[in-house]
Amino acid sequence: MATAAKTNEPWRWTIAEAGDKLRAKAISSVELTQAHLDRIAAVDADVHAYLLVTGEMALAQAREADARLAKGDDLTPLTGIPLGLKDVIITEGVTTTAGSRFLEHFVPPYSGTVAQRLRTACAVTLGKLNMDEFAMGSSTENSAYGTTHNPWDLTRVPGGSSGGSAAAVAAGEAMGTLGSDTGGSIRQPAALTNIVGLKTTYGRVSRFGLIAFASSLDQIGPFTRDARDAALLLQQIAGHDPRDATSANVPVPNYAAQLTGDIRGLRMGIPKEYFVEGTEPGVTAAVQAAIETLKGLGAVPVEISLPNTRFGLAAYYIIAPAEASANLSRYDGVKYGFSIREEAGDLIDSLMRTRGAGFGPEVRRRIMLGTYALSSGYYDAYYKRAEQVRTLIRRDFDAAFAQCDFIISPTSPTVAFPIGDRVDDPYAMYLADLFTIPANLAGICGLSMPGGFSEGLPVGVQLLGNNFAEGTILRVADAFGRATDYHTQWPTLGAAKAKAKKAASKGK
Amino acid sequence: MSISREEVQHIALLARLRLTDEEAERMRAQLSAILGHIAVLQEADVSDVPPSVSILPPIETFRADEAAPSLPPDKLLANAPEREEDYLRVKAVLE
Repeated sequence: MATAAKTNEPWRWTIAEAGDKLRAKAISSVELTQAHLDRIAAVDADVHAYLLVTGEMALAQAREADARLAKGDDLTPLTGIPLGLKDVIITEGVTTTAGSRFLEHFVPPYSGTVAQRLRTACAVTLGKLNMDEFAMGSSTENSAYGTTHNPWDLTRVPGGSSGGSAAAVAAGEAMGTLGSDTGGSIRQPAALTNIVGLKTTYGRVSRFGLIAFASSLDQIGPFTRDARDAALLLQQIAGHDPRDATSANVPVPNYAAQLTGDIRGLRMGIPKEYFVEGTEPGVTAAVQAAIETLKGLGAVPVEISLPNTRFGLAAYYIIAPAEASANLSRYDGVKYGFSIREEAGDLIDSLMRTRGAGFGPEVRRRIMLGTYALSSGYYDAYYKRAEQVRTLIRRDFDAAFAQCDFIISPTSPTVAFPIGDRVDDPYAMYLADLFTIPANLAGICGLSMPGGFSEGLPVGVQLLGNNFAEGTILRVADAFGRATDYHTQWPTLGAAKAKAKKAASKGK
Repeated sequence: MSISREEVQHIALLARLRLTDEEAERMRAQLSAILGHIAVLQEADVSDVPPSVSILPPIETFRADEAAPSLPPDKLLANAPEREEDYLRVKAVLE
């Protein structure tokens, strides 16, 4: 890309590049923020990554950042950087919907820890990003507010549930964003949109103020254009939080310092169970090529086995809905949110009408599945057995990490699929998370990085690391990024729009 | 694996979800299909395997028992569909 274009289009910069320019006074945070608001105005009608753009608030935050930059003290790599938040992270005074009709008018009375930490760093928040309702889905089609479109092909899904967070970074509508990952909701959309998405180790990042889906699986993590930016964002949000009893009191290393570019001698686990029939040939080819590239950089391949992989999806679709059915019982139309009262008879009738109408089909399905799995007579056959399988999956990874330093696999078995393709077949949608779910069950960290293209659509490569080994997988992703140029490719949104129009007119 | 319409309505009552007959039928078909796929769990050898209680190492966390400021009632009740003074208003439980 021409340097001139990059200078005129600050939304193309990485966070690291923009940070250097901000501190060198080559640009102000107000200018950088305005460039992103202009970019959102230009492309978001097509992409629909944002549910809410808080432009005035963003510019006020940018002015605050500029004042801090002028003084030159208390600066962080995120000072003045325009970012976005998945609409599942609550923000004081700013409507937070979780993609649900239930919370259409919900204005949180306080902010989640990660949002507070970004404010402490004087980062700028551009707005709230679209998602599958209550983070349940793999395409963003379950949002009550319309689907997000993949910037690489507007007729296709961006993945999910954090589809808005991924599409915003891919389309230059934010320099970085935060999402949440319960079974792949950061890694899969990152893969489908050619960016880096990091699911952190369970307990690494506080979940205080994250609207709960499945509490033993949910984790917050960053979306960025490269591994260095992911390290910068992670640095700011990681660490113990007394307000989240499951947040780990484990020291936070300097992540950027680990991006040495040197991965010689690192043992790369290749799990045979993740290279199976059913994965698109273009995806397999890209991942094989990535393995060769990493070998060339000095990584040592090790054949490993994760024998209980085939039970992962089933265990997840018991455990996650079970936890969701309990977590979502709070949506009763009493304390906050959607409520049907007039036509209801008694309190129970009001509850049933409120919940029946307030939740979308996928959320209702998962509440039903979870309630069933926990109900009398089925608990042992489903829930208990799923938790036993979870132990087996954790043991698989413990054995694997005795032999290797990181694991490589495809992130998703397919590239981005067409909007509408899987909405009538819930299980086909669930298969999108086949390779990402085991990491959530085991609690380990994982990321997806741009690994090439198949018929013009991005392919993601997944790197899994042991507990709190974010530094290792970021180091590998950074080294891979230095050796390849996939992550520097941009979608041509104009062309994508023309293609979408053509497809739409064909449909008529 | 298939579940009956009666089971669906029973689960819906437990979950406090009102389903129309049409929705209940669609739910019955979809849940049966999903449970069919989930049946693979029965093939796992879980003899002598303890269920995961937590994926974190066991931790005992203590903190000092000290009073700290909390949010004022007005702020917390601002989203309430119906309130009366500092109370939430609901439908009568017993007429």
